[in-house]
Amino acid sequence: MKYMMLINAASADAASQCTVEDWMVYDKQITEAGIVVASESLADLTTATTVRVGPAGDRSITTDGPFAETREVLGGFYVIDVPDLDVALDWAARCPGARGGGSVVVRPIADFGV
Amino acid sequence: MTVGDEGTPGIERTVESVFREERGRLLASLVRRFGDLDLAEEVSSEAIEAALVHWPVQGVPAKPGAWLLTTARRRAVDRLRRDKSYAARLAVLQVEADRADPVAPADVGGDLPDERLQLFFTCAHPALPAEDRGALTLRCLAGLTTPEVARAYLIPTATMAQRIVRAKKKIRVARIPFRVPGADELPERLPGVLQVIYSIFTEGYAASSGPDLQRLDLAEEAIRLGRILRRLLPAEREVAGLLGLMLLIHARRAARTGSDGEIVLLEDQDRGCWDRASIEEGSALVLTALTGGPPGPYGVQAAIAALHDEAADVATTDWPQVVALYDVLFAITPSPVVALNRAAAVAMRDGAEAGLALVEELDDEPRLRGYYPYPATRGELLRRLGKFSEAAAAYREALVLVGTEPERLHLQRRLTAVEAGGAG
Repeated sequence: MKYMMLINAASADAASQCTVEDWMVYDKQITEAGIVVASESLADLTTATTVRVGPAGDRSITTDGPFAETREVLGGFYVIDVPDLDVALDWAARCPGARGGGSVVVRPIADFGV
Repeated sequence: MTVGDEGTPGIERTVESVFREERGRLLASLVRRFGDLDLAEEVSSEAIEAALVHWPVQGVPAKPGAWLLTTARRRAVDRLRRDKSYAARLAVLQVEADRADPVAPADVGGDLPDERLQLFFTCAHPALPAEDRGALTLRCLAGLTTPEVARAYLIPTATMAQRIVRAKKKIRVARIPFRVPGADELPERLPGVLQVIYSIFTEGYAASSGPDLQRLDLAEEAIRLGRILRRLLPAEREVAGLLGLMLLIHARRAARTGSDGEIVLLEDQDRGCWDRASIEEGSALVLTALTGGPPGPYGVQAAIAALHDEAADVATTDWPQVVALYDVLFAITPSPVVALNRAAAVAMRDGAEAGLALVEELDDEPRLRGYYPYPATRGELLRRLGKFSEAAAAYREALVLVGTEPERLHLQRRLTAVEAGGAG
């Protein structure tokens, strides 16, 4: 069963409570557990661009921001393959991104019975 | 129909009582094997229908629970084979079921393993919305129908059906596991299960005039769930504490409302109407709950309830002990509501003035804003001190906030009395 962990930082540039070392330790643990399907850390939010296409096919490209400092921002993700939600929640709870006002959203990946 | 009409109602009653007793276990076993609450419920219903057809002819089997489980399991396997979308899953499920449970009970005749504890933890899983947990527990473990659960929570059946569907879907799709948490996780997860049962109880206990009886049923349902949990987890003292607490409160049910359906306060209740058997059983559970380790919040609350229930009247209640227990409770679960109850107990021990001083210390506590027992308690203490106009103001404040009719009636009476007292 695959789950995506969406790691939301407390804000774009809040003084983070976790260090680079915390992330490296966590990444090593989760990788060595052999459950990681995919994982990426996203580049800074100021580099994001949003595309919308209207009903008439009109394309609009926007850049959000400057960003409110209190807003949670998606900073990265893991896709893990574990037996059930409890195991996924345990890994989410160990993630440094869940601390210091951040949060980790755990979403099961839809299974179309392939 | 080859059986005489007079035979059928008896069989139906047997089937109903068997089903009521076995339903939770049956569901838990099926969910464990097939991992799907909907499927488990459907084949359970089919098994009961089959029983209603076969038992009048063949007689009730020696182990009706095992008969139902076997029938339901066969139906489930048939269904999975027929249903293409399930076909792939069936293979996986059977492999997993065999791995998880290598010694499956004999197909016919074996005693059912009791897997209801897994179901308790699943229904109370923190990943489910809090408002769905009680409903799901009533549906799956108490065996209430969706309309019955809806009636219990005073919401439309359609809304309740949606909630139950949503919760079951989350269990299935997000794969919330059916398992008892390990010893290391139990302290974290058990309070959630206890909370669900207690919230069912309080929902039933806050009886309002119309659906009065139905809601007392709900309190009894919670007690029944508490008994099941106690059998399944005999070593957990907080389970004993919760069951004791519910029994000790429920013991007062006949004296809790007056002739017009108004709430009667503890000190005004006719203690002759209290249920002695429940009090004895509850008090024995308090001893279990408080022996052998640091006390938990349910055990302490049960001990307080026991002191009230065992006293002949308000005057001879052991108020110093009640206050001491509130001190313990506040140390475990510091909350303004506990502080308010403690203040009321201090008023009984040291007089209304001492109690009022403590109540007024809580005046700017934001969590008591909008909580009607706060102004109601203040009104009560002011009334006892003869400060009728201040008491009237407090009662009026409480009347704005009060939710249910019996409580409103009580406050209205007190208000009328202090208004008359103040004028006279």
